[in-house]
Amino acid sequence: MTTNNAESAPAAETASDRPTTQPIVDLSNATFGYTSTPVVEDVSLTVDPGEYVAIVGPNGSGKSTLMKLMLGLLKPDDGTARLFGEPATRFDDGERVGYVAQHASAAKEMPITVREVVKMGRFSHVGLGRFAGENGVDSLRENPVGTVSDAVNAVFGRLSAADWEIVDDALATVGMSAFADRRVTQLSGGQRQRAFIARALASEADLLVLDEPTVGVDAESVDAFYDLLAVLNREGITVILIEHDLGAVVEHADRVVCLNREVYFDGPTEEFVESDALARAFGTEARFLTGVGE
Amino acid sequence: MSTDVVATLAASWFAALDPSLALPLQAGLGVIGDVLFGVLLWVLEQWYWLMDWVYYFTGLEMLNPDYRFMHRALLVGLCVGVMAPLIGTFLVHRQLALIGDALAHTGFAGVAVGLFLNAVIDLGVSPYLTAVVVAMIAALFIELISEVTDAYNDVSMAIVLSTGFALGTTLISLNAGGLAVGVNQFLFGNLATVSPQSAAILLVLFAVIVVTVALTRNQLLYVTFDETAAEVSGLSVNWYNRVMVMLTAMVVVGAMQIMGVILVAAMLVVPVAGATQVSRSFSESLLVSVVLAELAVLLGIAASYYGGVTAGGVIVLFAVAIYVCAVAIGKVQSARGGDAPPDMGSIEADSIEVGAGADDD
Repeated sequence: MTTNNAESAPAAETASDRPTTQPIVDLSNATFGYTSTPVVEDVSLTVDPGEYVAIVGPNGSGKSTLMKLMLGLLKPDDGTARLFGEPATRFDDGERVGYVAQHASAAKEMPITVREVVKMGRFSHVGLGRFAGENGVDSLRENPVGTVSDAVNAVFGRLSAADWEIVDDALATVGMSAFADRRVTQLSGGQRQRAFIARALASEADLLVLDEPTVGVDAESVDAFYDLLAVLNREGITVILIEHDLGAVVEHADRVVCLNREVYFDGPTEEFVESDALARAFGTEARFLTGVGE
Repeated sequence: MSTDVVATLAASWFAALDPSLALPLQAGLGVIGDVLFGVLLWVLEQWYWLMDWVYYFTGLEMLNPDYRFMHRALLVGLCVGVMAPLIGTFLVHRQLALIGDALAHTGFAGVAVGLFLNAVIDLGVSPYLTAVVVAMIAALFIELISEVTDAYNDVSMAIVLSTGFALGTTLISLNAGGLAVGVNQFLFGNLATVSPQSAAILLVLFAVIVVTVALTRNQLLYVTFDETAAEVSGLSVNWYNRVMVMLTAMVVVGAMQIMGVILVAAMLVVPVAGATQVSRSFSESLLVSVVLAELAVLLGIAASYYGGVTAGGVIVLFAVAIYVCAVAIGKVQSARGGDAPPDMGSIEADSIEVGAGADDD
């Protein structure tokens, strides 16, 4: 897995180098509303490194809004949201977070290959930033010509050989190497989601956030997709999954947060299955979901 | 880029407000402008020289050294053929194909402002320069509206488009008595009226656009393809959107000289639409769209010279014809290219080492 392969990416910090004591996501009494009515109210929740958390809730329960608060795409009206210990809206170390959305249903007619999509994961790593600090000075002293040409490449956003290797490795990890030069529009929903996971892997993210990633994906691919998530989580990547499919959540996640504006349940998956949180959060909808957990 | 704009803007504001304050500022800008203009004229001389050689080798009547205006028109056309699809590719895939039209119409208002200022306070600026400034302000305005309302909105674009055209026609009618220049050349473009000065402005726009895209193409691609993921990865999406619309305004005004206000948006869209049909990757589509646009420009300029018709219209007709061919080729490609889908690789459930699984698909 890419995150553990520090040798192939000397410039990139890896998850294992970082202190792991602080929670990755830390929401404290967060409240947010697009209008005066709050969509998310008084939510406190922390996610520690290595967790596999599923956020469930009925339609319109504020799941996606909660995700945006966590990622700093929205600022809470009240309370605080912290990401990797920094205020989420000011967090700019974007390479640590991989985001996978519901792309399967929204196919863009853009001519772009799978490899070009995965390559985007490296964009937060290229640029002059990697030459900043002491590393840059040292390498300039050791190899002035090489460093200057690397710097010029970086200014023009060219990926280095190490970057391309990481891209290829990410493609191999999700089993999409053979599709690297295919146009994304020709892929099935499941294949497309794998490509987006590969992009997150290529960014060497510590945190993977997925917003209903299996909507519009065929059943077989869904299983493979969850297997992939489980593998990644075992390797130390924190996974936050926003999901409508309760069956999948119960089967795969370690911890469930049940949301309907407020947090109705937050705890291990087994307890969630036995609790009545589902019925309370989903209200009448729960009648259709009673098969869960069997 | 933005500092240039601010300087030009500030200068024009001061000029409009207080002549005594404007004088030293104008003088300072004037010196820089003269030096830059000198360099650009030198570039233009080299281009004439190159075209003369082409004429001696090919004997093309169109390139006769006596027809310097054709040399300039060709230069402008070739530059437009590069920069319009370069920017257009990003716009089309963001479903912003019509923003070019909106900005062209505000560019027309800018032309009218320039003509008006020249007539009233004898400013002596090229109308194309004021067009760039006004179109860029309008571009920022559209972008700000979309940021506030959270969506690109065809209503706001339509409002900006008609406001621009309305302002333009009003200013021109207000000024009709004193106007020596016909409005037609701005509406429909004209090969013969590409002055050395407007060719120089175009060269500057060309350089700014190509360099900016070269520096930010990764970010622009990410923002175009997946705005939310781009924002999560730490890119300032609003900032890149602003860059994008400002560049669009520059392209539009640059291309206006030969294409005219009404047809300029076609160059942003039609070659890109054609390239999308036949390309597989994004970089390929960028390249193909530039090639298609250049083809249309060269054929169009030649046809307009030998046939005595308006260049803008013929260029667009050629571009559309090329697009139709591209659609046909794309259909044939996808019908014939039914190559068997490769086997899906398995997910490497136990792979910790990355390199190990790279070839097992």
